[in-house]
Amino acid sequence: MAGPGGGSSDVQWCFSQVKGAIDDDVAEADIISTVEFNHTGELLATGDKGGRVVIFQQEPESKNQPQCRGEYNVYSTFQSHEPEFDYLKSLEIEEKINKIRWLPQKNAAQFLLSTNDKTIKLWKISERDKRPEGYNLKEEDGRYRDPNTVTALRVPIFRPMDLMVEASPRRVFANAHTYHINSIAVNSDYETYLSADDLRINLWHLEITDRSFNIVDIKPANMEELTEVITAAEFHPNQCNTFVYSSSKGTIRMCDMRASALCDKHAKMFEEPEDPNNRSFFSEIISSISDVKFSHSGRYMMTRDYLSVKIWDLNMETRPVETYQVHEYLRSKLCSLYENDCIFDKFECCWNGNDSVVMTGSYNNFFRMFDRGYRQDVTLEASRENSKPRSVLKPRKVSTGGKRKKDEISVDSLDFNKKILHTAWHPLDNIIAVATTNNLYIFQEKLN
Amino acid sequence: MSATTAMEVNVEARRILAVSISKLYASRTQRGGLRLHRSLLLSLVMRSARDIYHSSRESEESSGAHSAPEEPMDTSSSPGEQARLSEAQHEPQPALNSAELAPEEPDNAEDCCDSDITEDKENLSPTKQSRKRRGKASAAPDFLPSKRARLEPGEERYAAPVGSCRAGAGESLTTLSLNRVIPAF
Repeated sequence: MAGPGGGSSDVQWCFSQVKGAIDDDVAEADIISTVEFNHTGELLATGDKGGRVVIFQQEPESKNQPQCRGEYNVYSTFQSHEPEFDYLKSLEIEEKINKIRWLPQKNAAQFLLSTNDKTIKLWKISERDKRPEGYNLKEEDGRYRDPNTVTALRVPIFRPMDLMVEASPRRVFANAHTYHINSIAVNSDYETYLSADDLRINLWHLEITDRSFNIVDIKPANMEELTEVITAAEFHPNQCNTFVYSSSKGTIRMCDMRASALCDKHAKMFEEPEDPNNRSFFSEIISSISDVKFSHSGRYMMTRDYLSVKIWDLNMETRPVETYQVHEYLRSKLCSLYENDCIFDKFECCWNGNDSVVMTGSYNNFFRMFDRGYRQDVTLEASRENSKPRSVLKPRKVSTGGKRKKDEISVDSLDFNKKILHTAWHPLDNIIAVATTNNLYIFQEKLN
Repeated sequence: MSATTAMEVNVEARRILAVSISKLYASRTQRGGLRLHRSLLLSLVMRSARDIYHSSRESEESSGAHSAPEEPMDTSSSPGEQARLSEAQHEPQPALNSAELAPEEPDNAEDCCDSDITEDKENLSPTKQSRKRRGKASAAPDFLPSKRARLEPGEERYAAPVGSCRAGAGESLTTLSLNRVIPAF
């Protein structure tokens, strides 16, 4: 059965690669916490709970196999953040990488921003494939020569060496957030970026680390009056004065930085009235938005709450233009999901390159794609069982009624420990990266 | 609402309250410190559960059903609390002191308690005498007395007889100042 993708209705997805440990015993540090393609799609970065960043690079397409897109292999691995201790509050600061954002490439080196709960770092990833040889005063291993033995003068020359990829922290943006950072977003001016925590959003200049501007502050004078927190924030892809932030109440506010220095007053507020039929103990929790993403065009934005994905037209604030149910069968299970903490899971969502398909994760290592044009959706699974090279992924189905058909899986059999929270779509091609707990799956469009 | 349904809802609400409290309690010890978002969501659920618990008890009592042996619902004596709770429940409740509810902002509490004591001596319970100032960063959460066994989810605390100074589980849960859970930072 064909699946959605790339604007046509007949894209089929094949397994390409899986990265990570095979064994079922998951080390906590290996849990993947963020996945991000760079602007060309050549590089794919993942962050994990242990504070490490792993960057994969796509191999150039080989002439022998033009139908097969290049594989992603490890390009660089580095420890981005370490656990820290806040002595004043007696709190440990986790090293888990919450977000990675790539900067557009300006020269030979690559730059990315990575953040944990409190500190953002700008990393430079550069290649070294030559080294100077033939120094006058130094031996090849670096020891200084006895000056008396130097009898001739020569010019050192560069010789090729094995490729070495180095990551170095170029900027550290610290001490600007009292609460836990949930988002970072690079502005389209490529000079500034924002960082958002539960109650505040700060604007930074990439070159300046000792100052940031607070542009949103929703902290009430009396914390007892707190009713909502900021859950995600993003800059508009084209308009460098515009950004949005989502809240735990299910609203999205769009702000214009030209209006005032402090953007507490929104320019637009997007909110859908709640369906009174769906009220329950947990209505408020499931309406909390876990992710917000602008479309590449900048015309739409997508939000993810616990059960659905909504597409909003920026010109209409009253309701979304499209709503897709991700796993509506969970609505009757909210109480159990509350008890096992799954209701607090923060799913992300992403657009494909031409904004025709959106993707998000679910449980049982399922992930869902919604084709906006053809109004089709498909459920696929990331598992080692379907991991023969280039094997086509079979659509999965969860049975909601009484009768379970063959090949369907019942809601009660779903494994809620196997959740896909982070997914990413190559900006130009039909290549997707899907993170299970500790494995990264790469799927590609089947090419004939 | 029939008595049986009200009872079910009551039980469900209490269970959710118990689960929520244990989650809040557990979140204090997790790495990275208290998560504001999570704490807020937990307190919202607790508030809904508490409101439903109250209203279902109302309908239980009004329908004359035989309810579980528990003290009547109480509201906290501190005025701020009183105002908030009366928004949630319109019916007046008998006021038992919730001395367990030592507030996180000792200054306010001190002022409130002082005025209460002078005006409301009949409703004083011995525990109220001990107005030991607790710092904001105190280890024990204010809504759970420190010397009591931790509630496992689903467990019920046996209610103390009326007149005892120790508040029963029902009271602790319902007099919980949910808003005050948040500013633990």
